[in-house]
Amino acid sequence: MRKHVVVIGGGVAGLEAAGQLTKVGVDVSLIEKESKTGGNLNKWFKLFPDRRSSSEVKNYLDGMTVNNGINLHTNATIEKFSRSKSSFSITTNAGKELKADAVIVATGFDLFKSERKEEYGYGIYDNVISSADLEEMFRKGIIAKTNGAEPEKIGIIHCVGSRDEKVGNFYCSKLCCVTAVKQAIEIREMLPESKVFCFYMDMRMGGALYEEMYREAQQKWGVNFIRGKVSEASETIENQLMIKVEDTLAGRPLKMKLDMLVLMAGMEMSKGGKKIASISGLHTGENRFFAATDNHFGNNKSNVEGVFYAGTCTAPMNITETISHARAAVLEVMDYLTDSKI
Amino acid sequence: MKNEGKKAIWSEYQKEIADDNFFYVRSCIRQNFFPGSEVAFLRILRDVLHKDVFEHPCHTTCSGIGYHGDVVPVETAMTVVARQFALMTEAGYKNYVPSCITSFGLYTEILDTWHHFPEVEEKVRMQLKKATGRDFEKPENLAHASDVIYKFRKEIAAKAKYKLINKETGEPLKVVDHIGCHYSKMFPSKGVGGAEYPYVLTGMIEEWGGEVVDYPERRHCCGFGFRQYLVQANRGFSIACSKEKFESMKPYKPDMIITNCPGCPMFLDRWQYVINEMEGKTYGQNGKGIPVFTYEEVAGLVLGYDPWDLGLQMHQTDCEPLLNKIGIEYSKEDKYNLKVLPAYTENHNLVNV
Repeated sequence: MRKHVVVIGGGVAGLEAAGQLTKVGVDVSLIEKESKTGGNLNKWFKLFPDRRSSSEVKNYLDGMTVNNGINLHTNATIEKFSRSKSSFSITTNAGKELKADAVIVATGFDLFKSERKEEYGYGIYDNVISSADLEEMFRKGIIAKTNGAEPEKIGIIHCVGSRDEKVGNFYCSKLCCVTAVKQAIEIREMLPESKVFCFYMDMRMGGALYEEMYREAQQKWGVNFIRGKVSEASETIENQLMIKVEDTLAGRPLKMKLDMLVLMAGMEMSKGGKKIASISGLHTGENRFFAATDNHFGNNKSNVEGVFYAGTCTAPMNITETISHARAAVLEVMDYLTDSKI
Repeated sequence: MKNEGKKAIWSEYQKEIADDNFFYVRSCIRQNFFPGSEVAFLRILRDVLHKDVFEHPCHTTCSGIGYHGDVVPVETAMTVVARQFALMTEAGYKNYVPSCITSFGLYTEILDTWHHFPEVEEKVRMQLKKATGRDFEKPENLAHASDVIYKFRKEIAAKAKYKLINKETGEPLKVVDHIGCHYSKMFPSKGVGGAEYPYVLTGMIEEWGGEVVDYPERRHCCGFGFRQYLVQANRGFSIACSKEKFESMKPYKPDMIITNCPGCPMFLDRWQYVINEMEGKTYGQNGKGIPVFTYEEVAGLVLGYDPWDLGLQMHQTDCEPLLNKIGIEYSKEDKYNLKVLPAYTENHNLVNV
């Protein structure tokens, strides 16, 4: 008898896991809260480190899943989640009850809401935007201030909502540094006359080709990297932004006028993930992401037998890692379905 | 600038402010700086709003000025504060209203510390008992006096004789609001509007007809900063801070500055005079300074109190430009002709101690 697995979340991890499961002959139902799949991938235009178009990755994932016979439920959220012996019962907001032999939770992450860092004035000062807003500008092919003019001086603040006790996020979101470097290069490509300043705590370039990008940003594109946390932003009477920051390498405070300020929003446990945690009994960690049972040998396993994790619902990770993690989750599921004698 | 973003933040930072029966504690220094302000608060609360406000003659410094000046240890400060709470308890009050921002910050910090470390509270209780024989209850409601005026801003507006409007142009006056650092920078949730975009004074200004000026150095220290001024060698830094603010607000042509802290009006007022003496520079219009007020003074002016009864002659930067803009009636001759206000020459709530 064919096994049935419910995958919760139609982002990169969920799509990859669903696709791999169909490859090995498992029936899959994929539940996605939005009207279309792709999750946070849809917010990005080009990806680091090679600036591949995000649509290429999206097409690959859709090819494996949406076009490959999975049972897709969009605009669907989970209202009930229960386990009876070795079978799971999942009820969606549409009242649809799905029975499953195993479940993969791939609820991903939410971008940190930049307005929570009140001192940066997102949603208050014109021309303070988030990294996702900038990607939207890249997609449209125009970087412009609210008055339509091209910005000349652009600041990028790293670690917005990450490594920040004040907002309750102690962890590093891992991807913001490399995103800042990528976006800084892209700004300089589109606006050759512009000056870009990145304000960082530490440059965490721990991925393949990241360091090379960082070097390129400095040597080829003249991006300025200033070690220091911006303390506040404000707006001048000329509608320019003014920031205060301490250059901790030079050991002196700086005040700088900018035309645009980009906030590198970090990653947080998704709202959907939190809801599932609250109704399923799945454990979460200190960082509020789902807690795997073992950091080394059980990174996909949950505290509920038959429920597995894939992707950034457990911790910040890039797309490469997310896909690997999703594939590992599928291996765990197959191992479980085989051994559990269902 | 998008005001909707600020409104969203303001809606998140609202606090409970008691409605009546206030135990009011004065500031150590305000009565020397701007002696009419605290009396104005009492007059407005008692005579205009008909609230019960109690003052205890045995109230002392909270020691916050020493604590933030690095000369009073926190445990000492806690025991002094415990004694203030004991006075409130003995008087039968539960709503504690400090006049001073630093006191408010210190009380907030101590209550929070006791919440997280109940053993510290127990130790302080024991110390107070041993030293004075007193017991205390913690306040049910702690609000700064500016919170109280903010709470009743609409009632004050309803009884207002004047509005913060230029009588010649009909335009709202441009008002710089300056919030004391210890109001909400340490505990944003304890201040109306939070720490980054505090609403407590903005709410008053808007309700009374004015328009708030948001300028780049709005969050910057007034220049008091305790050690910046209390340590004599640092006073250059103190005036430099104030100057930074004046330079930043000047392009907006503010008509007045309103503050809610003991030190801020003092330094913003006095340093304007000093800068003028040192550099011949002024920041207001027509070669004048920008008049600086406490929120009680502004409430009193709006209600039609005589400016000299409010103690505005104690300001070093002349307040007359603002009085003229609003059209407030005053007598030039009486400016320094001090009179005694009979109702407040003695504490009519004096208790036996």
